[in-house]
Amino acid sequence: MIRFALKGLLGRKLRTALTALAIVLGVTMVSGTYVLTDSIDEAFDSIFTDVRRGSDVVVSGEAAFDLTGGSGATAPPFEESVLGQVREIEGVAVAEGSVDSESAQLIGDDGKAVTYGGAPNLGFSIADGNSRFNPLTLVEGEWPGPEEVVIDSATADKENFEIGEQVGVQAAGPVDRLRISGFIKFGSVDTIGGATLAGFDLRTAQRLFDKVGKLDEIAVAATEGLSDEELISRLEAELPEGTQVLGSIQQAEEDAEETNEFITFFQGFLLAFAGIALFVGSFVIANSLSITIAQRTREFATVRTLGGSRRQVLGSIIIESLVVGALASLTGLFLGLGLAKLLFWLFDLAGFTLPNSGLVFERRTIIVSLLVGILVTLVASLRPAIRATRVPPIAAVREGATLPESRFARFRTPGSIVLLLLGFAALAYGLFGDDLGTTQLLTWMGLGALLIFIGTALFAVRLVQPLAGVLGIPATRIGGAAGKLARDNARRNPQRTASTAAALMIGLALVTLVAVLAAGITKSFRTSVDAIFTSDYAITAQNNFSPIPIAAAEAAEDALGVEAVASVRTAEAQIFGSGEFVTAVTPEAEDALTLDWQAGSQGVLGNLGRNGAFVDDGYAEDHGLQVGSPVEILTPAGERVELEIMGIFDPPNGGSPFGVVTFSAERFDQLYDSPQNLYSFVQMRGDVTEENTAALAAALEDFPNAKSQTREEFVDNQISGLSAILNILYVLLALSVIVSLFGIINTLVLTVFERTRELGMLRAIGMTRRQTRRMIRHESVITALIGGVLGIVLGVVLGGLLVARIEFIVFSLPAVQLIAFAIAAIVVGIVAAIFPARRAAKLNPLEALQYE
Amino acid sequence: MHENGKADGAVVVGTDVTRRYGSGDTAVDALRGVSLAIAQGKLTAVMGPSGSGKSTLMHILAGLDKPTSGSVSIAGTEITTLKDTDLTKLRRRHIGFVFQFFNLLPMLTAEENIVLPLSIAGTKPERSFFGDLIDKVGLADRLHHRPAELSGGQQQRVAIARALVSRPTVLFADEPTGNLDSTTGHEILELMRSSVDAYGQTMVMVTHDPQAASIADRVLFLNDGLIVKDMPRSSPGDILAAMSELQPA
Repeated sequence: MIRFALKGLLGRKLRTALTALAIVLGVTMVSGTYVLTDSIDEAFDSIFTDVRRGSDVVVSGEAAFDLTGGSGATAPPFEESVLGQVREIEGVAVAEGSVDSESAQLIGDDGKAVTYGGAPNLGFSIADGNSRFNPLTLVEGEWPGPEEVVIDSATADKENFEIGEQVGVQAAGPVDRLRISGFIKFGSVDTIGGATLAGFDLRTAQRLFDKVGKLDEIAVAATEGLSDEELISRLEAELPEGTQVLGSIQQAEEDAEETNEFITFFQGFLLAFAGIALFVGSFVIANSLSITIAQRTREFATVRTLGGSRRQVLGSIIIESLVVGALASLTGLFLGLGLAKLLFWLFDLAGFTLPNSGLVFERRTIIVSLLVGILVTLVASLRPAIRATRVPPIAAVREGATLPESRFARFRTPGSIVLLLLGFAALAYGLFGDDLGTTQLLTWMGLGALLIFIGTALFAVRLVQPLAGVLGIPATRIGGAAGKLARDNARRNPQRTASTAAALMIGLALVTLVAVLAAGITKSFRTSVDAIFTSDYAITAQNNFSPIPIAAAEAAEDALGVEAVASVRTAEAQIFGSGEFVTAVTPEAEDALTLDWQAGSQGVLGNLGRNGAFVDDGYAEDHGLQVGSPVEILTPAGERVELEIMGIFDPPNGGSPFGVVTFSAERFDQLYDSPQNLYSFVQMRGDVTEENTAALAAALEDFPNAKSQTREEFVDNQISGLSAILNILYVLLALSVIVSLFGIINTLVLTVFERTRELGMLRAIGMTRRQTRRMIRHESVITALIGGVLGIVLGVVLGGLLVARIEFIVFSLPAVQLIAFAIAAIVVGIVAAIFPARRAAKLNPLEALQYE
Repeated sequence: MHENGKADGAVVVGTDVTRRYGSGDTAVDALRGVSLAIAQGKLTAVMGPSGSGKSTLMHILAGLDKPTSGSVSIAGTEITTLKDTDLTKLRRRHIGFVFQFFNLLPMLTAEENIVLPLSIAGTKPERSFFGDLIDKVGLADRLHHRPAELSGGQQQRVAIARALVSRPTVLFADEPTGNLDSTTGHEILELMRSSVDAYGQTMVMVTHDPQAASIADRVLFLNDGLIVKDMPRSSPGDILAAMSELQPA
């Protein structure tokens, strides 16, 4: 029987290969994701370990509470005098202090800041190039002295920097011009994720980073024979509050924490899309197998008359699917290596070079890829396999025997409705249920979506007739007789058409969902900006989200025509026991921004003074705050201050630029080291004019990282990050659409094979090859459009539900995108039909009639 | 000589077999009470015009279909009440089939097709018998060809070898020459006859061709769901004459 199964596969190579492709793609994605993220992970781990290689223990600043890390907020620096204390401690052989920054920008020859993708611009002090603590190697030139900088050779190459040249560097203040003393390299890697590296001597770095008299870290080497634990306890006994001591390995782990979290997220994110592709693939497999098994009815019946049992029939199909699943998964596993390589290359091309110290191929990758691929194939084949066992032996002597209807066929419609209801219930529970954690929320939503997709796929059988009728009208108009036949063909096996269309439906539903969400976010954001940002220009970092020096806003104030510059700064603080984002505004906000006040008035913005604060109505309600209520905040540096609520505002749907609590910039600058602005908003005489634009740009000349923009530009720039994410989502979902495209090809190939006689007859009575191709093409387009329409409708419904859940998004129908998706569905139909149509047209009428 | 042979020589017995399709006004009675016993080691032909019920009778005798009433036994086992699993086992030991459209599995070679019933049952062919069988059906040089590479006659030879390989108690042939030209058909009939003679193989053949029925040891005539005539071995001419009596012109 095994041989029977295997020979069967060999006898249907093309069909088997087309079926397997659906799984190959999904597994490739799974394997590629693991290889990519494992490789990045390992590369980063080695980077973080290398940094700490020379030290035994590390002293660093300690925040007064756990920072979320999301804002790039770091623990506050500590006094430089700590270094002296450390050196005094017995057992300390060498100790060296350093400062660092994630926004030490180099200014290119074009006067613009050098950034690659969203990668940070790392700046750090190098106390002594030859010290054991220095993880860098000098490629060329010398280590930096006062007013000098060393740059990583990769950046130097790209920007044509030369040794001895003066280069602009901007960190916390205006641009400084420093001499390039040499080029450096970090360990063995060329670049760290596209980050630029700039090293300075300690004094220069402290000045640039606005950390004069402060240190971020002290690297310590112990005297010989002293254990790290002992050294740590001696240091802990002596060191002041606001510092912590960790062994170098723990410190490396702590350094890597944020990166690891991101990699884990990235991995889960990609795997989710691999899962979607596999889910779509399972539809394709189930459908292809159903068709082949239906076509093999006689075969199974014959085997039964020869004494084959039901179990043997089941077994032979299971073996087939195991073999297909195993081969497909194995292929996908190795293609995954290629995919990882391709992704590294693509990221590199996009300027965001991922660290790569060779592809990592873990055993887990092999196990998961094979297991998932084989299991999905197996599960998808169960239903058709069970149907095959119901073929009665007598079918061997009946001509045109068809597969008996499944025992559960009559439960299909009620069953699909129950599935749909359960799906929506699970989704609604996930969305609106109380107190659900993120994991639970995602699980419920995922489960709901899964049930909804399966339910719709089953219910779709009922929709094929009417949908094909309507969507087939253009085909009958354009295609003539061939078009009419195409429409009838699409309708004659509704089950098959529905399953084929369902695969495409899933991909398009998700794409639509994303588009609906994006449209909602964009619209809400625009509305919010229009409501709050009632001045003329905004100033942000070139990348739209990094902090910019306060000096930039001050420079803008001096520009001709400027009436008011309102700045917003942001940081983290602990309020009511949890870490939150807080913001601060300058008094000019009263003239440049407009809030909808529930309590207090616009004047609050200008009169926050030392202790005033305002909150949004949601936060006020959650914590029972009213005008006059006290709010205590704890800064990372450990300062505790009490503020008083002066106003409560109602933010627009799209949110506001403010954190949970906002107080005066004046107070902010006392509480936080090295304060910087997130945005500045500028009110000018005569509003937006060419002169004003030019005047503002000129004022910002010394701040290459800052840019001024009109409100329209500001909205577009802020949303550009969203567009990038959107494009990534579309690319990832395109994979599922491609899988369903193979599904359509597969169905058509099988259908053409099945209708060989009929096609021969049509050709014999005068249908041309061209008409034959047209007939197949129209059938394909009608099928794809059914999937498209179902997917788009479902996507809009799911998107609408999500929008209803998320407070800061309003519903907006992305009409243009939806039309584009419908066109995409038509294109999928046309492309899918190319190969099957060619096969159908090639049939020789005579041979076709002789078939069997 | 055959282990399942019964003393009285009947290996397949049908008693008062009826078969009704559908119900109510549209019900059709395909068989209206047929009793018969198939003698061991003999070739029995079942003849009759289309719609006479001859195919239905064969399906029921072979366990492919269930009678509405009546009983059927093969090698002493009552088959009408058997469960699917037991019926499957019975098929393996006692029943062979030859079909009008050959029903070979396209992806298997001739040899693989022939031994398929044995592979399914998990046994191996007896070497000497297998060699003899291949010689008998004349396929020695075609064993590694696939059905698509064989002529219709050759395909039916493969099918006959497949039906004989497990030496079943009874072999049912459903219009075995119905899809072949007359010369090839003749060769197939000769092969069937000689199999009965050489191996003592019991066969039941359904046909509407008097030429085919003329090789049988006994010819049963069905009309309107009843056995209307029972003839010993006869010439094609006599059989044709008997047929004409049944079919009013």
